[in-house]
Amino acid sequence: MSAGTAASFWRSLAVQRRVVSALMLREMVTRFGRNDLGLLWLVLEPMIFTLGVAAVWKAMGLDRGGGSGMPIVAFAITGYSSVLMWRNTVSRCAGAIHANINLMFHRNVQVIDVMVARSLLEIGGATASFFLLTLIFFGTESILLPKDPLQVLGGWLMLAWFGLALSLTIGAATAYTPIVERIWVPAAYLLFPFSGAAFMADWLAPEFREVLLLLPMVHAVEFMREGFFGGVVRFHYDMAYMALCNLGLTLVALWLVRDAGRRLEAV
Amino acid sequence: MILVDKVSKVYRTRLGERTVLDRVSLRLERGRNVGILGRNGAGKSTLIRLLSGAERPTRGHIERLMTVSWPLAFSGAFQHHLTGLDNLKFICRVYGADWRRLRPFVEEFTELGVYFREPVHHYSHGMVSRLAFALSMAIEFDCFLIDEAMVVGDARFHERCHVELFQKRKDRAFILVSHDPNVIRLYCERACVLVDGRLHEFDTVDAAYDFYGALPAAPPLAVEV
Repeated sequence: MSAGTAASFWRSLAVQRRVVSALMLREMVTRFGRNDLGLLWLVLEPMIFTLGVAAVWKAMGLDRGGGSGMPIVAFAITGYSSVLMWRNTVSRCAGAIHANINLMFHRNVQVIDVMVARSLLEIGGATASFFLLTLIFFGTESILLPKDPLQVLGGWLMLAWFGLALSLTIGAATAYTPIVERIWVPAAYLLFPFSGAAFMADWLAPEFREVLLLLPMVHAVEFMREGFFGGVVRFHYDMAYMALCNLGLTLVALWLVRDAGRRLEAV
Repeated sequence: MILVDKVSKVYRTRLGERTVLDRVSLRLERGRNVGILGRNGAGKSTLIRLLSGAERPTRGHIERLMTVSWPLAFSGAFQHHLTGLDNLKFICRVYGADWRRLRPFVEEFTELGVYFREPVHHYSHGMVSRLAFALSMAIEFDCFLIDEAMVVGDARFHERCHVELFQKRKDRAFILVSHDPNVIRLYCERACVLVDGRLHEFDTVDAAYDFYGALPAAPPLAVEV
């Protein structure tokens, strides 16, 4: 790479960073306004969802693994927070291009910036919610702190990567046809029970487990829970497999986003 | 310099493909200007969208060796829940400018008063136009894209736009599209005429004027049932 190309790469990166942060700020004010709790909703909304799910699961006695030392509250926090990472990011990006089409008149603003900004905001909200809930329940002595915080962080980052790649893919695909968005809504619903949020892979029959482990997010949830709880049950994951899936999805996402940008028809 | 090289734009419609721009070529040097005349539907706005980079050509390509503005006074990119000040900040962040330094100019030009801190959806048409124009002037560009139909307002607004654009920034290049030959004659040193997606170049505005005037009356827009 010549010096000129390198310089222009860094300059482009600086522009992109500036544009994405401008879009994030704009998105925050637009979505949450300046009144009442405003920006806090970005974190409160996922917290309320997670708490609700934790309460329902506890009432249902879903903690089958309770005997093996997996407390239901922590189980729900790790599980539901992980769902937010791939479901909410995608939902925010579906239709994002169309909603922001007029921004493309600004040459610095590209299709990818709009979607990255929205995804990062969701990932940030889900991360803060996860972090705060863990601290709050630790404070009330309902749960213990993660056994291996680095492993939890690793799993979380893999989920964030997955969420970002998937949201770019679906977000760009909605620019081709609105059918994608219509299919995504039920698909997200149906994926939820299979995503590893509400079960441990070890509880399942081996044949069934094999099939479910085709879904990349299951691996991250298992990995994260091992970091959270330590070796209370057998955890099933293959992070190399997930990294490969993420990488493949990222390539598809980048290609789709570039092509969607070329086909853009402003109003 | 801006170099438009055999650019075509094809839109897919339910009645098949429609070529809106057909192998359009144009060259504009730094500091120079050109007017583009065309009737409604001739492809003027499409050309502006391609020049601004909001859309890509179907064929051909556009090279920009100077910075090109977004369409002047374009208000479509406003987020209407945001205030005038928010929109200024957003534009400044996107283009890497300092909003604190530009704020006095925008407040003075728009004469929004307390409304500068109100959401844009509380604005009148005139206020939105003034804000849009002021933001266009706030960021420095080598070349301005002007769709005459977008700059709407009363005589005083036009006068002030004129001062900002053609007097204070007379060293800049611009591309002005309009259906009104008198506007082109007033501001441009040369002119092209866009007819059915083809661009006809002329050395003088008068030659373009004569050509435009001699065009047969536009057929009514075809409506198929």
